[in-house]
Amino acid sequence: MSGDLKFQFLCRMGDNALVLGHRLSEWCGHAPMLEEDIATANTALDLIGQATNWLTLAADVEGAGRKADDLAMLRDAWDFRNVLLVEQPNGDFGQTITRQMLFDQWHLLMLQALETSTFEPVAEIAAKSVKEVTYHAERSSDLAIRLGDGTQESRGKMQAALDLLYPYCGEMLKSDEVDAALADAGIAPRLEKLAPDYHAAIGDVLDAATLTAPTHGFIQTGGKSGRMHSEHLGHMLCVMQNLQRSYPGAQW
Amino acid sequence: MQPSVNEIWQWLEGVPDPEIPVVSVVDLGIVRSVAWNGDRLDVGLTPTYSGCPATSVISRDVETALRDRGIEKLAVETKLSPPWTTDWISDKGRAKLLDYGIAPPDPVTRGPKACPYCKSDNVHLISQFGSTPCKAQWRCGSCLEPFDYFKCL
Repeated sequence: MSGDLKFQFLCRMGDNALVLGHRLSEWCGHAPMLEEDIATANTALDLIGQATNWLTLAADVEGAGRKADDLAMLRDAWDFRNVLLVEQPNGDFGQTITRQMLFDQWHLLMLQALETSTFEPVAEIAAKSVKEVTYHAERSSDLAIRLGDGTQESRGKMQAALDLLYPYCGEMLKSDEVDAALADAGIAPRLEKLAPDYHAAIGDVLDAATLTAPTHGFIQTGGKSGRMHSEHLGHMLCVMQNLQRSYPGAQW
Repeated sequence: MQPSVNEIWQWLEGVPDPEIPVVSVVDLGIVRSVAWNGDRLDVGLTPTYSGCPATSVISRDVETALRDRGIEKLAVETKLSPPWTTDWISDKGRAKLLDYGIAPPDPVTRGPKACPYCKSDNVHLISQFGSTPCKAQWRCGSCLEPFDYFKCL
C-alpha cells in the first residue's frame, strides 16, 4: 500500500467532515429555532473535531512537514477529496436536513466498518467518531421524518431537496481505484458492501417521512477524486480560508 | 524525592473541568494514566468529544497544576483510544453534577431519572444537543424548569 493512497483516503474522510462541518457552521445564529441552531452548531463542532483527527493522521502519513491546519486552510478546491454531497449549499432548512440525513446514514455505516480497520490509527478515530455520529444520524433522521410527514409546505420542501440531492448519494457507495486498494488492504470496507444497509436505512426514513426517492439511477461523481468539484466548493473555501490566506500563519 | 502517583492523582482531583467547574478532570474520567518514567512524569488525557473546545484548556490546566507543585519533567499526552465514555464519570462526579443542576448520565434509561430540581420523574426530551457537546436539553413536566442532562456516550 503506497503512502499516497492512504493519504488520499484520509483526506476523503477528513474533508467530508471538514466541509460539512463548515457548511453547518454557516447556520450558526440563523437556524429556524434556538434548539436547532444549537444542535446544528454542535454537529458542526463534532465534525470539525473529527476532521482535525483525520487530517492530523493524513499529514503524518504524508510526511511532508504539513500539519492538519495546512491541509484545511491552504489547499485549493481541486485538492479537496470530499464527496460532492457535503459541499452542496445549505439551501433552506429542509435541504440542510436532507443533506445531513443522507450523509449521516452513510457516515455511521462507514465508521462502524472502519472500527475494525487493519490500520490501528484509523480504527481509533472511527471508534471515537462513531459515538458522536450515532447522535447526528438519530437527529437528522428524526427531523427528516417530522418535516417530510409534516405540513404540505414542509413536505414539498423536503421532496424538492431529496430530488436535488439524491443523485449525490451514489458517489459514497461507488469504489474507485483508491477505495479498492484500501479495501484490498483491509484498511477500509468495500463501499459497495455498505449499499444494502444504506438503502435500507434511507428507505426506512423516507417511508416514514412519506417521501419518494427518484428512480432515474443517475449519480453525480467527481468530488472524492478531485476530478470535478461543484462550483460551490470554491466559494465556500473563499470564506473558510480567508483569514489564513489574507494573514498567513495568523493565530489567536 | 518523587511524589507518589497516588499523591499526584489527588493533586489532579483539584483541577476543575473548565466548562463544568464543580467536577474535576479526574471525576470526569479525562485523566487516564499517571506514571513515572524515570525522572519524567507521564500523564495521559483523553478528549470527551472530538471537537470539545475544552480539551486544549484541560491539557494546559493539568500541566500548570503539576508545574505549580514542582514537577519539572513532564509529558502530557492526549490519547484517543480507548474512546472516552460517560461510564468513566465517578460516583462522586455524578453526585456533584446532580447537585449543580445537571442530571447525570444513565446508561440504562439513556435519559435522566428525575428532574434535578424538584425530583419529579415527569421529564421530557427537548433536544439531544445542548449548551456543550456533552449535554442534552430536557424539561420537567412538574416544575416546568428546563435542565441539562449529561448524555451517554
